[in-house]
Amino acid sequence: MKVALFVPCYVDQFYPNVAIATLELLEKFGCEVSYPKNQTCCGQPMSNSGFEHLTSGCNKNFVESFKGFDYIVAPSGSCVLHIKEHLHDEEHPSEAEKISKTIYELVSFLTDVLKVEHLEASFPHKVGMHQSCHGQRGLKLSQMTELNAPPFSKPQDLLNLVKDIEMIELDRKDECCGFGGTFCVAEEAVSAKMGVDRVNDHVRHHAEYITGIDMSCLMHLEGILRRQKSKTKIIHIAEILNGRKA
Amino acid sequence: MKTIDHAANSKVFNQDEDRVDWHDETLWFIRQKRDKASKQIPQWEALREAASQIKNHTLSNLHNYLEEFELNAKANGIQIHWAKDAQEHNEIVYDLLAKQGISKMVKSKSMLTEECHLNHYLEDRGIEVIDSDLGERIVQLAKEPPSHIVLPCIHKKKEEIGALFHEHLGTPEGNADPQVLTEAARQHLRDVFLTRRAALTGVNFAVAETGEIVVCTNEGNADLGVHLADIHIACMGIEKIIPKRGHLSVFLRLLARSATGQPVTTYSSHFAKPRKGKELHIVLVDNGRTKQLGRPDFRNSLKCIRCSACFNTCPVYRRSGGHSYHSVIAGPIGSILSPNLDMAKHADLPFASTLCGSCSNVCPVKIDIHEQLYKWRQVLVKEGYVDAKKALSMQLMAKTLASPTLYHLAGKAARTTLKYAPFIAQNRFNPWYHQREMPAVPKSSFGEWYQKNRTK
Repeated sequence: MKVALFVPCYVDQFYPNVAIATLELLEKFGCEVSYPKNQTCCGQPMSNSGFEHLTSGCNKNFVESFKGFDYIVAPSGSCVLHIKEHLHDEEHPSEAEKISKTIYELVSFLTDVLKVEHLEASFPHKVGMHQSCHGQRGLKLSQMTELNAPPFSKPQDLLNLVKDIEMIELDRKDECCGFGGTFCVAEEAVSAKMGVDRVNDHVRHHAEYITGIDMSCLMHLEGILRRQKSKTKIIHIAEILNGRKA
Repeated sequence: MKTIDHAANSKVFNQDEDRVDWHDETLWFIRQKRDKASKQIPQWEALREAASQIKNHTLSNLHNYLEEFELNAKANGIQIHWAKDAQEHNEIVYDLLAKQGISKMVKSKSMLTEECHLNHYLEDRGIEVIDSDLGERIVQLAKEPPSHIVLPCIHKKKEEIGALFHEHLGTPEGNADPQVLTEAARQHLRDVFLTRRAALTGVNFAVAETGEIVVCTNEGNADLGVHLADIHIACMGIEKIIPKRGHLSVFLRLLARSATGQPVTTYSSHFAKPRKGKELHIVLVDNGRTKQLGRPDFRNSLKCIRCSACFNTCPVYRRSGGHSYHSVIAGPIGSILSPNLDMAKHADLPFASTLCGSCSNVCPVKIDIHEQLYKWRQVLVKEGYVDAKKALSMQLMAKTLASPTLYHLAGKAARTTLKYAPFIAQNRFNPWYHQREMPAVPKSSFGEWYQKNRTK
């Protein structure tokens, strides 16, 4: 199975360990993983700011980098959702369409394609799960509290395979953290307050770590935790699943 | 032209964190009540789908249903008026009152008349309007617009209402007991009800097949006003039409559960014809609705039944307050309706969201609110309602991210700067840094690591 690793730009620049964990995880499960080196960004920062018309260069580069693989996998729900909903390339429409259909966020690739049922990982800590909105409400990685529908959670299914991990309950299971891309600076006051409230929910329930599928939310929460000089840390789910010790 | 935008207003609102917490928790409590109520009905999601499809169908055949409604209402003895905009609406209401020499009117809740700024229009012409919905009356006394379409004074604490009532209704100073205050309002409004010859109400649903209108309230104030007055004027946007009376069994079950978590509003009053010797007028208002109907990406915003579930669930609304939206309808639904009326004035609103999608999930008529917020952003930028500095930085960013070479250079430069000259980012001009630390700088990017460790 030929898998291309898509590393979102801010993960590439600031959280290389998350990408390394993703790469190692995929390799553990027998994927033949490539990292197309000319990849840059999915284009979401422009699109969500109203400048989708400026993303043709990003789109072109994305299609050029990721065509010809069986699957494309990224440790992010938000960037994957963006590609699924907005990638188009007038010169290579069928390649763009194939990419939109074969791109996966890491967790759902593990549960739905690789059907992982066993992991060599232990994480003896109290952990809170942050549901990133684009992964949850966009890619439907877990049930949403607004709906009258049966519960499920793909990230939780995987965390259940990790030894000694203790998941904490939250008062608000799936409230947005307030990152929101450029929202985090354009609407700084509300963004920060949302982040503070999210962090407090985890800390109140004695989380040692906050995990999630999207590093962007976690970067925002980490910024707040560190400003508060909190002992609670963030960790991407790929690192837990890959057996990182704290 | 430029009004103070949502971000600036929110910054002011957030200066009092305790108040933000109180506002957030009050509305979250209502969201939880809504969750509980919706989960007591096994077919909830099917009801939402049915409501969505009825509204979709109605919007596609609006011209037919409006005519059917007019025909049946007239046959019932109701007088029908058509208004193309707010100005015409206000003129029609004024003329009806002036003709009868009426100078005082009682009004139950109607967001449409807020949209048309009817109160000001009538007051300028010497007609006194008293809002009889308790929350509306409170904001009217405070000379403020409602901050929420169902809970107009949700931004006010009971102590503030006590002070307001002390000033205007003579309640004891310092008394904030809700029972005392409500009783004072009841006595004050009772007198209003008994002496007004005209009553204006909104409309929740207008049934085409019967020509009747349905008004939903919890306080019974619409009924008290109407039954004691000689003229009942009901004002409605043209999107309030539903084809059949039977469809109420879908909408009435959804409305109150979505709004407040109640199974149904205390009063669902049907008005089908005027009482003997009295008049019933219905004013049907367009005011931009047909324009919105003509925008394929935004037409289904007209499915809205004004339940406010999207307000209560919105993490941004809860932490910025209704007034920060500087529009008649705040919250997520307001942010997709308002730009239709005036793009320049409301260009900031579609950006007052993280696009988390919770609004679309609670919407009882399944409006894709967060997707429309995204689409409005594209429209507003294309139409030129965007800050020039932002446009320039976006062009620069697009260019950098389209080129692997530029991207790698920029990434390296950013990491180097953060590492060796952190003060460039760690200062008060960086909105990220105001309340958050910058991410720590890693030894290398993943690309650099991969080059070193995985390629020969």
